[in-house]
Amino acid sequence: MEYFVQQLINGLTLGSIYGLIAIGYTMVYGIIGMINFAHGDIFMVGSFIALIAIIAFGLTAGSSLAVLILALILVLLIAMALTSVYGWTVERLAYRPLRGSFRLAPLITAIGMSIVLQNFVQIAQGARVKPLQPLFSGGFTLMELEGPTGAVFRVNLSFAQILIIVTTVVLMTVFTLIIAKTSLGRSQRACEQDRKMAALLGVNVDRTISLTFVMGAALAAVAGLMYLLYYGVIDFYIGFIAGVKAFTAAVLGGIGSLPGAMLGGLLIGLIETFWSAYFSIEYKDVAAFSILAIVLIFLPSGILGRPEVEKV
Amino acid sequence: MATTSPSRRPAAELVKDAAYSALIALALAAPIIGLQTVTARGGLGLNARWDDVFLIVLAVFAGRLLLNFTIWRHQGARPIGQKWFQRAGGRPFARHGHTLSKIIGPLALAVALLLPALPFSDRYVMDLSIMVLTYIMLGWGLNIVVGLAGLLDLGYVAFYAIGAYSFALLATHFDLGFWICLPLAGILAAFWGVILGFPVLRLRGDYLAIVTLAFGEIIRVVLLNWYEFTGGPNGILGIPDPTLFGLEFARRGDNTFHEFFGLSYSSMHKIIFLYYIILCLALITNFVTLRLRRLPVGRAWEALREDEIACRSLGINTTNTKLTAFAIGAMFGGFAGSFFATRQGFISPESFTFIESALILAIVVLGGLGSQVGVVIAAIVMMGGFEYFREFEQYRMLIFGLAMVFIMVWRPRGLISTRSPSVILKERKAIGADLVGQGHG
Repeated sequence: MEYFVQQLINGLTLGSIYGLIAIGYTMVYGIIGMINFAHGDIFMVGSFIALIAIIAFGLTAGSSLAVLILALILVLLIAMALTSVYGWTVERLAYRPLRGSFRLAPLITAIGMSIVLQNFVQIAQGARVKPLQPLFSGGFTLMELEGPTGAVFRVNLSFAQILIIVTTVVLMTVFTLIIAKTSLGRSQRACEQDRKMAALLGVNVDRTISLTFVMGAALAAVAGLMYLLYYGVIDFYIGFIAGVKAFTAAVLGGIGSLPGAMLGGLLIGLIETFWSAYFSIEYKDVAAFSILAIVLIFLPSGILGRPEVEKV
Repeated sequence: MATTSPSRRPAAELVKDAAYSALIALALAAPIIGLQTVTARGGLGLNARWDDVFLIVLAVFAGRLLLNFTIWRHQGARPIGQKWFQRAGGRPFARHGHTLSKIIGPLALAVALLLPALPFSDRYVMDLSIMVLTYIMLGWGLNIVVGLAGLLDLGYVAFYAIGAYSFALLATHFDLGFWICLPLAGILAAFWGVILGFPVLRLRGDYLAIVTLAFGEIIRVVLLNWYEFTGGPNGILGIPDPTLFGLEFARRGDNTFHEFFGLSYSSMHKIIFLYYIILCLALITNFVTLRLRRLPVGRAWEALREDEIACRSLGINTTNTKLTAFAIGAMFGGFAGSFFATRQGFISPESFTFIESALILAIVVLGGLGSQVGVVIAAIVMMGGFEYFREFEQYRMLIFGLAMVFIMVWRPRGLISTRSPSVILKERKAIGADLVGQGHG
């Protein structure tokens, strides 16, 4: 039971990270109907920018909690801002010129961009893994149980996990409000429904799409920082697997739906954690990918997605 | 902004535009290039490289300014070179596409057949040619799936891996030779193609792409972790060489090639033999594809690529049609895989990563979907480029990625973007690729 609760907490933490990345996929897919294959690598870039900012500020576990949290908010804002520029540039260079071209074209440039970003970071920052000393130590002990052998098993909720889950919830609320209430959100929803008609009614479609990429990249940067805090180690290749899993999450939740992406992320995080805990850690990626295939076959529109109607 | 079309933009605006570009370059370069994380005492330290950032920003500013004052001086800036390709009827390959491929095809074939006899063909050239031909074959195989049937497959390397491992396992466990395993590897790959294809082929284009990508990764992870069966990350060693009607290409043995023909031993014999094997395999792939295009199933593939709904309403069984394309493409991937295994003598999961799939797909797409000659050109250009940039090892993939993006932006339809129709009324006319829709499948 304790083991189960501990895995549940770990799974939710991991799921929050996947959910944040998945939102980027789902928003872009919703608005221009393409898989932004480079999004996983945008997440990786965001993670690196966060790492660099943390080192530049000289943050260590020794700093007091108040300073640490303020500094981390600053790091978060810097990472979000700079990663957004990456998201914007990728869209401007690789996707906008191909708008209205045939379907495969932007997917190919997306793969190209993914390769470019990976190798760019590898060259600029080195291929070695980058470890970060844990900034938060400690946490709450939720349960304690003495096993038959006398060993004590504790269920821990660490400060980093609290931070990740709280930030995710806050950002999700903010972004849901942006989509639901602001004029930007309205133009995004308009473009999603009918781009041509939105343009005719005076929505600046190019700008809306650019801002969608910016928003997605900003959330990916948040996920990058969370990943860094949670795992404490990153390299230039983390984007690929995380990206595919986040895409799986987006599909599972129903692509195009924001709450769906979050739900899918949590589910994928839980499945992956439980799979590693109870079956085999080597095959955890296989588990995630198999779920993707199974979901697409039996539930192509996802849990919260609307079924797609094909028009002639 | 003024709407009168070809008007010169004011200089101030151009400078401002360049300044914006420089600002964005600064934001991009400042963290990742400007501050390098280095291992220091007690964790990571930073190594500032502001001079590099300054140079990059300066280069972007100057470059953008130069372009603004020359090519993009007028309103409505376009990517370089697009105008040239958009002249009415003036596409360089569009008008002469058919005649061109009529000349290039036989010429390339003649060069390929005579290559081992040419004076400059040393071991290096032959090895490179074998590699290029392997990719041409893979490209042609994938072309059936992507180019003809319009199904985007991002996990093609899985079938390549299945072919390679089938041969390697059969050869090391049951002592079977290359020529027996070659068809078996193809059949196994095709079988897996059907197994994968059956459930997923109902999916729309880009969903299919992701599922095939996932499949490719699953195969790789299984090969990596199933230690007892595949040898895990150590791979499989000691895969036998092919034989010529029982004649081995070894230095010593009962039945060696050089003794039978009374030649002195040379390691080049084996290389040349391998070269002709892959040339034959590639040509078979091409021949089969060209013949299949004329059969009902081939026509159905192309029809499916253009419009799935129309196909369905005309009574084509879309699942079966897609499945045949998938299986046949997979089969050629399997052939190429078992050739790869016999050539290398050693295989490990590292040879079958996603990058490999991306590379094959890039060859097909950059060559021009559905164009057989395009695949050849793209494979030669890409592999040649890879070799050329060998000295800049670490920049190689970066350049490859950039090339993929820029060629795609410049010519979204690939280098050879014409299509010759399979059904002809009276005379053959090339169809500009911009007239055909694609990839809704």
